[in-house]
Amino acid sequence: MELTINRQVVEKYQTPSEQLKPVFTVNHLNLWYGQDHALKDLKFDIPEKQVTAIIGPSGCGKSTFIKTLNRMVEMVQGVRISGEIKYREKNIFDPKYRVEELRTLVGMVFQKPNPFPKSIYENIAYGPRIHGIKNKKVLDQVVEKSLRGAAIWDEVKDRLNENAYGLSGGQQQRLCIARCLAIEPDVILMDEPTSALDPVSTLKVEELIQELKKEYSIVIVTHNMQQAARISDCTAFFLNGEVIEYTNTSKLFSHPSDKRTEDYITGRFG
Amino acid sequence: MVVRESFQLQLEEMKKAVIGISKLTEEALLQSVEALKNQDLDKALEVIENDSRINALEDEINDMAILLIAKQAPVASDLRRVIAAIKISSDMERMADFAVNIAKSTIRIGKQEFVKPLEELPKMAYLAIEMLTAATKAYEEEEVGRAKELADMDDDVDETYGKIIKELLELMAKNPDHLSQINQLLFVCRYIERTADHATNIAEHIIFLVNGKRHGLND
Repeated sequence: MELTINRQVVEKYQTPSEQLKPVFTVNHLNLWYGQDHALKDLKFDIPEKQVTAIIGPSGCGKSTFIKTLNRMVEMVQGVRISGEIKYREKNIFDPKYRVEELRTLVGMVFQKPNPFPKSIYENIAYGPRIHGIKNKKVLDQVVEKSLRGAAIWDEVKDRLNENAYGLSGGQQQRLCIARCLAIEPDVILMDEPTSALDPVSTLKVEELIQELKKEYSIVIVTHNMQQAARISDCTAFFLNGEVIEYTNTSKLFSHPSDKRTEDYITGRFG
Repeated sequence: MVVRESFQLQLEEMKKAVIGISKLTEEALLQSVEALKNQDLDKALEVIENDSRINALEDEINDMAILLIAKQAPVASDLRRVIAAIKISSDMERMADFAVNIAKSTIRIGKQEFVKPLEELPKMAYLAIEMLTAATKAYEEEEVGRAKELADMDDDVDETYGKIIKELLELMAKNPDHLSQINQLLFVCRYIERTADHATNIAEHIIFLVNGKRHGLND
C-alpha cells in the first residue's frame, strides 16, 4: 500500500526532487580524471527513501558519479573535483567532513558479490564489531536482523558458521546487502548489483530493493534499462558526463523530453 | 546509427499491415455506399464476404504487436507505436463492420424504389471515408496537424447527420408504407456517423503516438 502511495507522489511531479526531501543535493559538480572531464556541471537532488536509477551508455560517468557520493572515487589517482555534494545538508567535500562517517552512512553494494572469506556470520558481524559492538547477544541480533532485512535469513539461518563462499552468486549478493545493512546506513549505493546474477536471483534482489526503500534511500547504477523501469522511482540519464534528463521513471520510459534519452532507451544508439 | 535493425523492420512491417487494413476498410466502405446508391445487391454481398479478410488482418496485427512487446520490450515512442497499431486496427475493423452493416441494410431495402433520391446521405458517407483516408495519411506520416483537422471534418459529418435524421423522420410520418426502408436508411446514417467517430479516434491515437499526450477530438 505504502509503495503505491509513494509512486503516486513521484508520478505527480515532473522533477521528483522538488517535492521530496533530498538526501543528496548535487551542485555544479565537476570531476576530472587527469585531463578527462568525466562529470560536467551536474546539478540535481536525490530524494529520500526512493530508488533513483542512473542509466547511460558505457563511459558516460554513471559509476564515477555513484562512487563520488561516498567519495570512493578519490582513491583513483589524479582525480580532481569541483562543486559540491550536500549529504543531509552538509558538504561532503568539506575538509572537516570525516569520510569514515560518510561511508558508514552511505553503504555500497558492488557489481560482483564480494563476501569476505569468512563465515556467513562473520561477514555480517565484521562491520558492527569494528564499530565497537562486542556483546555476542547484540551481535547475534544484528546478524539476524540484517540477514532478514536482505531476505536471506531463511536460506542461511542453519548454516551461519559455514563459509560465505559456499553460497550461490545470488545469495552472496544478498549477503553483501545484509553486510551493508548491518552498519545501519542511511543510503545504499548499488553499482550494477545484479549484472552477475541469474534471472531468478536478479528478481529476488529487485524485490528486496522495493522492500529496502521503505527504510533507506537507494541509488542504483544499472545497464539493464528494464530493471531501471521496473524498480526505480526516478531515473537520471547520463551521457558524456552530463545529466541529459532526470525525471520520474514513468515519464522517462513512456515519453522522455529529450531526443537523446528517447534514442538511448529505444536502443537507437549506445 | 540503427542498432536494432530487425526490430525497426518489424515495426515497419506492422505499420504496413495497419495501412493495409485501412485500405481494405476504405474500399469496403466505398463499395457499400456504391452498392446502396445503385441498389447493387451483388456488390453488397461482396462487401459482406470480404469482411473476413479485414478481421483476419486485425488478428495478424494484434499478433505482431504481442510478439513485439514480448520479444523486444519496446519503450517510449516505440511502445506507443505498437499500442497505436493495436488501437487503430481495432477502429478500422469496427469501421469495416459498419460497411457490412450498410451492405446488409442495402440488401434489406432490395430493389424497392427510394422514398426520396439519396443525395445528402452519400455525401456524408464520402466525407466520412475522406476522414478515413486523411487519418491513414496522418498515420503514415505521423503528422499531428493533419490528425487535428479530422475534428473539423467530424463536425461537418455530425451536422449533416442531424439534418438527414430530421428529414427521414419527417418522411416517416408522410410515408407510413415505407417505414421499413426509412428505418434502414436511419440505421445507415448512424453507421456513417459512427464511422466518422472512429476516424476521429484514430486521429487521437496518432496524436498520442507522436506527442505521448492525450488529446480529445470527439468532445
